[in-house]
Amino acid sequence: MSVILVFLAVVIGFSFWWLFHQKVMEKPWLEHGVHTALPETDVSGMPTAKVALAVFLAVVGSLFALFASAYFMRMDYSDWQAPPLPRILWVNTAILILASVALSCAVRAAREQRRKMTRLALVTAGLATVVFLAGQVTAWRDLAAGGHYLDMNPANGFFYLMTGVHGLHILGGLVALGRTTVKAWDDNVAAEQLRLGVELCAAYWHFLLLVWLGVFVLLAGWAGDLLALCRQILT
Amino acid sequence: MAVALILVLVVLGSILFHILSPWWWTPIASNWGYIDDTLIITFWITGAVFSAVILFMAYCVYRFRHKEGAKAAYQPESKRLEWWLTIVTAVGVAAMLAPGLYVWSQFVTVPDDATEVEVVGQQWQWNYRLPGEDGKLGKSDNRLVTFENPLGIDPEDPAGQDDIVIEAGDLHLPIDKPVKMLLRSIDVLHDFYVPEFRAKMDMVPGMVTYFWFTPTRTGTFEVLCAELCGTGHGYMRGIVAVETEEDYLAWLEGQSTFAELSAPQKLGAAEEAEP
Amino acid sequence: MVDATPRAERDIPPAEVPELELYHPKSWWTTYVFSQDAKVIAIQYSGTAVAIGLVALVLSWLMRLQLGFPGTFDFITPEAYYQFITMHGMIMVIYLLTALFLGGFGNYLIPLMVGARDMVFPYVNMLSFWIYLLAVLVLAASFFAPGGPTGAGWTLYPPQAILGGTPGGQDWGIILMLVSLILFIIGFTMGGLNYAVTVIQGRTRGMTLMRMPLTVWGIFTATVMALLAFPALFVACVMMLFDRVLGTSFFMPALVEMGEQLSYGGGSPILFQHLFWFFGHPEVYIVALPAFGIVSDLISTHARKNIFGYRMMVWAIVIIGALSFIVWAHHMYVSGMHPWFGFFFATTTLIIAVPTAIKVYNWVLTLWRGDIHLTVPMLFALAFIVTFVNGGLTGLFLGNVVVDVPLSDTMFVVAHFHMVMGVAPIMVIFGAIYHWYPKITGRMLEDWMGQFHFWVTFVGSYAIFFPMHYVGLVGVPRRYPEIGEAAFMTAPVDNLNAFISVAALIVGFAQMVFLFNLVWSLRFGKEAGPNPWRATSLEWQTPTTPPPHGNWGDERPVVYRWAYDYSVPGAPEDFIPQNDPWPEKVAARPA
Ligand code: HEM
Ligand SMILES: [Cu+2]
Ligand SMILES: [Cu+2]
Repeated sequence: MSVILVFLAVVIGFSFWWLFHQKVMEKPWLEHGVHTALPETDVSGMPTAKVALAVFLAVVGSLFALFASAYFMRMDYSDWQAPPLPRILWVNTAILILASVALSCAVRAAREQRRKMTRLALVTAGLATVVFLAGQVTAWRDLAAGGHYLDMNPANGFFYLMTGVHGLHILGGLVALGRTTVKAWDDNVAAEQLRLGVELCAAYWHFLLLVWLGVFVLLAGWAGDLLALCRQILT
Repeated sequence: MAVALILVLVVLGSILFHILSPWWWTPIASNWGYIDDTLIITFWITGAVFSAVILFMAYCVYRFRHKEGAKAAYQPESKRLEWWLTIVTAVGVAAMLAPGLYVWSQFVTVPDDATEVEVVGQQWQWNYRLPGEDGKLGKSDNRLVTFENPLGIDPEDPAGQDDIVIEAGDLHLPIDKPVKMLLRSIDVLHDFYVPEFRAKMDMVPGMVTYFWFTPTRTGTFEVLCAELCGTGHGYMRGIVAVETEEDYLAWLEGQSTFAELSAPQKLGAAEEAEP
Repeated sequence: MVDATPRAERDIPPAEVPELELYHPKSWWTTYVFSQDAKVIAIQYSGTAVAIGLVALVLSWLMRLQLGFPGTFDFITPEAYYQFITMHGMIMVIYLLTALFLGGFGNYLIPLMVGARDMVFPYVNMLSFWIYLLAVLVLAASFFAPGGPTGAGWTLYPPQAILGGTPGGQDWGIILMLVSLILFIIGFTMGGLNYAVTVIQGRTRGMTLMRMPLTVWGIFTATVMALLAFPALFVACVMMLFDRVLGTSFFMPALVEMGEQLSYGGGSPILFQHLFWFFGHPEVYIVALPAFGIVSDLISTHARKNIFGYRMMVWAIVIIGALSFIVWAHHMYVSGMHPWFGFFFATTTLIIAVPTAIKVYNWVLTLWRGDIHLTVPMLFALAFIVTFVNGGLTGLFLGNVVVDVPLSDTMFVVAHFHMVMGVAPIMVIFGAIYHWYPKITGRMLEDWMGQFHFWVTFVGSYAIFFPMHYVGLVGVPRRYPEIGEAAFMTAPVDNLNAFISVAALIVGFAQMVFLFNLVWSLRFGKEAGPNPWRATSLEWQTPTTPPPHGNWGDERPVVYRWAYDYSVPGAPEDFIPQNDPWPEKVAARPA
């Protein structure tokens, strides 16, 4: 359970940091009156959607941290036999990075209010992401073709499971990205609003890229090697 | 008024029930008297806290119940009081935790001279295995379980040949000898639980778990399964008999080893193979 | 990221929605069925939770009938008994308590108490309810599936949960259960995002965090915990579903069932337990923290006194929330995990007792020198303290690793958790309903029925669960459909069991009086007026009662003080609403 505990420590640490900036040490019964009644800090200036996305990403992070924890715990049993890493995963990774980069461009463009550029970047990101998903399916088929079915070994099971859950999250993101792209073509949508949508998509993509890199490291077996190394050093 | 009275009655009733009711733990038959002692300490501390809090509450309800024209006091907090209460609570908690951890460290440290006894759970019966003359249990694996070899003992392992196998029978133990119970399951989770011994531990397929104790009283005791294991869980009972050394050895004479149990079948198999 | 919004604009609370016509729904369907009003969603959540909770209540009667009078009821076979306990436990914990506290009270109270017009994402909020309803329907469907519902115990431990020796293990029962849980988690996450973000972003002007009522603190912290903990249950459910349906071996070791080798191998049942309890322990506090919060407000309001040590109460809630993520393995002391974990988890578990105890002290200290009105909500609050202290103290037995060894998996455990997370939170729920019903409907609940309901429920539940501890001390394991007479018993327990069962039936029927009261008072209850308890928090200050969609009329309230200004010296009344600028004069508002 170490991965999830580290993850939670970060989340809880951040929450406490936030709370300490919310006057939780003050004595509220002493603050009557109008002056103190209208402090500037009661609600952050961040757009609500961004806060919500941050909270949601914490949930997603917790989900994958738990998968990783389960992975490490299951790995210690003797029947563990990692499947070969499908080569195509490297390509997929590159494509997902591309999508993230494209979304970063989209954010830049949206901030500078360049509609055309925004559209282009959004479409690129969307297409790259679709290709990524197709690539992931190909990876599954490669594995299956090599005889590495889901139920043959827990390592295989984790492979399909974690890539699958990650893919589903990407798929959900595509819906949001699609809606933002439609907005980018609609001239009635204010620049501010579009910018917010693009920023949200970008944050989500960056986060899922990060998750993917974590999953990739795990599935490639490097995380296990690293862990073994650490243990050796410790003992 | 009535409310305060009933709160007092709740406290009194609870204490009286505790003292007067005949329901209490069964007399101990193992070395884990320390566990009982820790329980008693915990009862005293928690009982005192319970009574104090509820009686205080009853007093407040009686004394400060609404009266015409009364007004409540205004006091947002009291640092000192809160700190004191925190410290007192922490001390009380430590007074329970310290003996608890001390006894736990004994509970998990198996003495070197403990003899090993294996319990194998299965839906819904208890099987046992004792090391034979060599004092060692042979290897085992759930994959080796067959009708003839219900405990999955490895036939290749010489240490297992003289192991004594008791299928769905009673377990006998000599008094005053520490035993390490090795717990295994061939299907689902079970839990080997004898109320008189105070100890219990889950049995997990694919793993060997353990606990240790020293029987200190002769008699026959009921084994209960304490981990839900399917429909028959409530009826998965067995018997452990704690006996004097002589009685135990006499009983041991009558048991058969793994080799003896598998021999006739091997013979049968050989006969069958002949055309 | 630089925020380009000019400063002046930022002073407008972000959740203020300019278009008020949003809050004038168009048709009956969007008002009452596919409503996006948090208050309607709250009622929908609560109604569904109570409906399925009644099923769990009836199941508890059946179980008690079996335990009290074994052999009398032929239709309660061991299979049926295990199906009853499983469905009863799961429904009570997840589908009733979690849904009611967060989906019900959270939805109703958060926006009102922080001065928002609604949740921040009303549409997602609506979806949350519908997915929850679907989860409940899937769960209920398992009663009618071939093989019946699962009988694996609410902990669903593999391997047993997905094998043939357990009811529903090789039929539809376990599959429907897992699917329903997965749906519940998805639905909850949607709602939970709303509750948390509304508290962070939706507060009205002047409502600093430290001015929020403890109810909001409790629900908020519980929501955040649930958001982080439910993924563990999700992972466990998905992996078990894979094991059951697709033949993987995440949790399944090599095993022999009924003389037959199964194709599973190598998996770890303990891994499931870690995942389950990583969710399961926080779940206890997900139920408890909202109760803590609500009961603080009930006590304060009805004792006409500020909650004693407000800051300490807030910190305790937050600290308990954080700590509760590192105590999960106290449910696994005898699971076969490495015994050294026992030292760590016993210590963390007993440390949690300290902030919890502080909360208790502060509740009773609030009563000290108060002006205690023994209304029905107050009575329930007092009953909460009694049962919670009782259950919390027996938690010290079970948390202290070596003391847990003889007690774990006995009826002592059953008595403990019913007292602490069954009876105690339910007392708060009842108190809360008597307290807020006037706001929700505009009418008071009938008092004499309330008194009757209270006394039978409180004394009855105590009579059920206090003696049950001693059944466990005697040595009777939990999840036994019958125990009979056994040599280890210092005295036979069958009379005691029969007594408990009778008490359970009486308590059960008293709930019918309560349900009747709910319906009856809707028509015939006394008119309540906007603020019958003379309370300070914002929900009592709405311009209309019951509050309409949008809550606040034309203008959201401005908050001048914390939520506990009761009996302030010099004030004209014994309470000052949060939006009252006293002692300053109200500045003439620009028209
Ligand atoms: C009058 C009310 C209630 C009665 C009479 C009652 C009775 C019972 C009984 C007889 C059992 C089975 C004990 C066993 O054989 O192991 C049980 C189990 C359980 N109950 Fe209740 N109960 C009530 C309310 C609640 C509430 C409000 C909760 C909410 C937390 C709850 C949660 C549970 C849980 C989690 C289990 C364990 C199920 C399992 O072992 O898998 N119960 N209850
Ligand atoms: Cu069992
Ligand atoms: Cu716990």
